[in-house]
Amino acid sequence: MRIFKDAGHLFRLAGLFAAGTLLFLVIRSFIVPRSFGQYGHYRGAAIAEIAAHPIHFAGHQTCETCHSDIAQTKSGGKHAQVNCEACHGPQAKHADDPSIDPGKPDTAVLCVRCHAASAARPNDFPQVDAEQHAGGVPCQTCHQPHSPAIGAGGAK
Amino acid sequence: MPGVEGFMYPNEVSLYWSVLIVLYPFITGLVAGAFILASLARIFRVEAVKPTYRLALLTALAFLMVAPLPLQLHLGHPERSYEMYLTPHRSSAMAMFGFVYLWYLMAVLVVEIWLDFRADIVALSQSTTGWRRWLYKAMTLGSDNVSPRALAIDERVGWLVTLIGVPSAFLLHGYVGFIFGSIKANPWWSSPLMPVVFIFSAMVSGIAAVMLLYMATTRLRRKPIDMRCVDTIAMYLFYIFIIDFSLEMLDLIHRIYEADESFRSLDFMVHTRLYFSQIVLQILVGTLTPLVLLFLAQVMKLHEVVRKRIYAVAGSLALVGIFAMRWNVVIGGQLFSKSFLGYTTYKMALATREGLLVAIALTILPLFILAVLVRILPPWPEAEHASIPEAV
Repeated sequence: MRIFKDAGHLFRLAGLFAAGTLLFLVIRSFIVPRSFGQYGHYRGAAIAEIAAHPIHFAGHQTCETCHSDIAQTKSGGKHAQVNCEACHGPQAKHADDPSIDPGKPDTAVLCVRCHAASAARPNDFPQVDAEQHAGGVPCQTCHQPHSPAIGAGGAK
Repeated sequence: MPGVEGFMYPNEVSLYWSVLIVLYPFITGLVAGAFILASLARIFRVEAVKPTYRLALLTALAFLMVAPLPLQLHLGHPERSYEMYLTPHRSSAMAMFGFVYLWYLMAVLVVEIWLDFRADIVALSQSTTGWRRWLYKAMTLGSDNVSPRALAIDERVGWLVTLIGVPSAFLLHGYVGFIFGSIKANPWWSSPLMPVVFIFSAMVSGIAAVMLLYMATTRLRRKPIDMRCVDTIAMYLFYIFIIDFSLEMLDLIHRIYEADESFRSLDFMVHTRLYFSQIVLQILVGTLTPLVLLFLAQVMKLHEVVRKRIYAVAGSLALVGIFAMRWNVVIGGQLFSKSFLGYTTYKMALATREGLLVAIALTILPLFILAVLVRILPPWPEAEHASIPEAV
């Protein structure tokens, strides 16, 4: 068969491509985790691995079992819907062992994260130019963070 | 806020897609355009452009090898990029581009170059010594059959590969346009004309780049420039440039007439922040000037030296214009707010992972790769099949 002789190099090229594809498929079968695609376009086993991570956030219900007085103050104020750890940070370790100091947030840094004036925020959302509004005085001097409205039972 | 005018949503202030994303469509465009020029010689039998056929193929390969680098630098973790082949995400247009790229590289360009250079590779594997001999031996795949019948088979298969390659080149660059054109949340990008405009602008940039490279390399090799060849390339460049410009104007007229809710905002942007890059660089310097120059070369009987200079200037300006077009698409699409009430500024970094220096390095890198490729596989017309041994 002369055609096979004169097209031999093309068969070699096709063989090389086939070998390359086969090698790719073999490597792929080893590299791609078994659980990939189990639930979606990700590694199914990742769910169990992530679930096994240590918990950092205790959840506001846990906080309120000990700090019911704060929960009471908060429930009547504007921050009623703000979770404890949104400001205080993850406190699972403190919840497990109350002797671990949870630390006190710096209100001069913390409050402006939400309340610095920005055109992107809704008009009715309380927002200030901190320098002009407080002149460097920490927010908690006038506002009780757990119920911040002055004259609404939340003032210090 | 510095650089911000009017109202911007917070996540719109800084741009996500940098100059590297400008470079990416520019480079893939050069690949597609260079291949289309090569196909003129092979499929459409335009004999005059034959001297650039092999150079065009190697240029396409050199640029294609660099094409993923801007994306990998932009995304970070290039060591993970192969994973898109392992676990293909069929609903992601960007992820599927990996397969378009692979198809074009392996099934089209490499095969076509191998088939076209095979006779030379066999000859070089017999005439060279040392590591070069081993390199060429490996490239022959152990077959030194360059009999007229074997070469005739190569010619026929090569023709078929080019035939598949033309729509593949359209697919490669049309896909880049599609990725922008299909983003319906962005009125600057969202247009069904986008893939078509990208394809024609790619043809302009690729043809201009190969024309310039042919003229430069011929001059460097102290050989006479085949004027019939460059005249023909310039003619095709002129025609395709007209189609490209007409399509862009069609898109513009459509936007002006449609005048949807984004129009006033985008119109303001074109007259302010994009004025230099769009009106001056893209349209006046990068499109109308080369079009006028190419037109003059078509209708006037100019001396050879003048024509060469006109082609060099027009080709360079066309490349500037197409780069500006990519810039205006990518950067322009991120400068305005979705609220249509504000604009931000793109400040290019200098020596960062996505800065100016990296962009310059990535633009030059294909030329170095091309220099290596032409040493391994000389594409020059006089070397073509010059050292083929007698039929085995």
